[in-house]
Amino acid sequence: MSNKVVHALYDDDDVLLSAVKNIRKEKYHIEEVYTPFPVHGLDKAMGLEETRLAIMAFIYGCIGLVVATVMMKYIMIDDWPQNIGGKPSFSYLENMPSFVPIMFELTVFFAAHLMVLTFYMRSKLWPFKKAENPNPLTTDDKFLVEIELQDNEKELTSLLKKSGAIDISIIEKPQ
Amino acid sequence: MYTFPNKLRNLAIAFMVIGFLGLAYGFINAPKTIEEAKEMVASSHGEGHGESHDETTTTNHGEEDTHAVSESHETSVVDDHASSSHQETHDSSHDEHLFHQLSNKPWAAFYVAAFFFFMISLGVLAFYAIQRAAQAGWSPVLYRVMEGITAYLLPGGIVIIVILALSGMHLNHLFIWMDPEVVAHDELIAGKTGYLNVPFFLVRAVLFLLGWTTYRYFSRKFSLAQDQSDNISNHKKNFRISAAFLVFFIYSESVMSWDWIMSIDPHWFSTLFGWYVFASMIVSGVTTIALITIYLKSKGYLEFVNDSHIHDLGKFMFGFSVFWTYLWFSQFMLIWYSNIPEEVTYFMTRIEDYNLPFFGMVVMNFIFPLLILMNSDYKRINYFIVMAGIVVILGHYMDVYNMIMPSAVGDQWFIGVAEIGGFLFFLGLFIFIVFSELTKAPLFAKGDPFMGESERFHY
Repeated sequence: MSNKVVHALYDDDDVLLSAVKNIRKEKYHIEEVYTPFPVHGLDKAMGLEETRLAIMAFIYGCIGLVVATVMMKYIMIDDWPQNIGGKPSFSYLENMPSFVPIMFELTVFFAAHLMVLTFYMRSKLWPFKKAENPNPLTTDDKFLVEIELQDNEKELTSLLKKSGAIDISIIEKPQ
Repeated sequence: MYTFPNKLRNLAIAFMVIGFLGLAYGFINAPKTIEEAKEMVASSHGEGHGESHDETTTTNHGEEDTHAVSESHETSVVDDHASSSHQETHDSSHDEHLFHQLSNKPWAAFYVAAFFFFMISLGVLAFYAIQRAAQAGWSPVLYRVMEGITAYLLPGGIVIIVILALSGMHLNHLFIWMDPEVVAHDELIAGKTGYLNVPFFLVRAVLFLLGWTTYRYFSRKFSLAQDQSDNISNHKKNFRISAAFLVFFIYSESVMSWDWIMSIDPHWFSTLFGWYVFASMIVSGVTTIALITIYLKSKGYLEFVNDSHIHDLGKFMFGFSVFWTYLWFSQFMLIWYSNIPEEVTYFMTRIEDYNLPFFGMVVMNFIFPLLILMNSDYKRINYFIVMAGIVVILGHYMDVYNMIMPSAVGDQWFIGVAEIGGFLFFLGLFIFIVFSELTKAPLFAKGDPFMGESERFHY
């Protein structure tokens, strides 16, 4: 199996979007698309699987809610019983309304922070990681489509040319 | 062009007839004299209610002392007192109070339903004005549906003003500050008579309704004129009057909520009440737009409305439900925490006498739509929007119920024939007027400059 790939460069997100659709229609396999900003609808055009991050966000939020509940019960009711708002009931349920802001905040806190960590892990990003984008232009204003090459150089390059690519190069990927 | 199907028209008329009969039953069954009222309560109260009232009196005694000034008309506090003591001592002022509560009941049922459906069309009008003022690109396909719903504004508003005027003529006891007897014995209300007096109250109501319907009239006119026009001058006019209307609306809506709802409980006040009512009206308004849109789509109309428009309405339903909960909780928590007697009585009556409707509505208005509408895909499925929408509509009816009933009828509440009748009557009237208006213009506002964008709108 060859490890050659084609890099097609585009300079407009709308052109990129229709090119991606065309390339997929011709049954070529797009390995990756590098863009300087999130292109709306690109995930659907590439046929990427739907993200499951949202489910994780919900679970993280629930964890935050439980942590806040347990924490406030331990701090304010069990460990050092407090007279809250002049109502010394020392019952968690009767004092619950005063903990709602904390429950809300910790739900958001857990969902947000754990989501960021999960997102980094899923995207294989961590400190000191070397950049993977093959062309620094994709961090500025160009879009790059990477397609696997299998003895079809001619048809593929003509297709890419037709779809509006401004530059096409064939790269040997290090194994 | 849309034609009002006969089946739906008959359904609306049937609702109105059934509702009218229910309301009439409620009015006929209301006690005419104090003795009748005593009898009604004695026959229904003997069984299970005794214990709970003993409890409430013990917890409430602190409040009663501080409120001795307010005499027997501070409904929220004295309710508990009245119902527990009527078994032992028959204090005549308490009996009279009970009589007022029971004779208020059909009026309150009528008023809650009238206000609820009026509130829907006012909420839609505000939402419509926001779309116009923001020059929204996604919503023009829904403009005709919104304009149809706001047609109910004028008739619904007139019904409310008639009820308010009848209260001013002492035909009922919904607004206790209208009773000179009460004001004479109540220093707190006496201090507010400069604002809370019947003529000024009615003038305000008429002025607000006039302002809202004037905007509604002109924006509808420009919207229809835009269809026939080859330039966008009507669209621009609509943009300008919508922005001006929104400024007028947020002030008048706030004052309206103090007048029409908060003044039923004239000792109590909350500074975010206007926002709270606004949240309720906009979430029921958006929900109604979604329900009517889905209904029309299912009948083969509005073919230009796609899943993404429904999705956006679903997002607004979700967001405004959370916004409503935020205001509901903000109002509750501050008052609950500070525990100041004259403020906290408001929530004490609601939690003690209205426990199920008060917390039930939080489940219906917050927890249910939160869990159902959280998933992005569900918001694109009509079935989920309809299911969440019906619960949200009923939940916000309960919200209005909880705002008005505790001060009007105290612990004598019940969702019975009169309440359901009132709801059905105004539901029928609402359907009749809204769908009649929908037949008057093409459902596709073809002249709107953003129509193309709205048609192509996709997520």
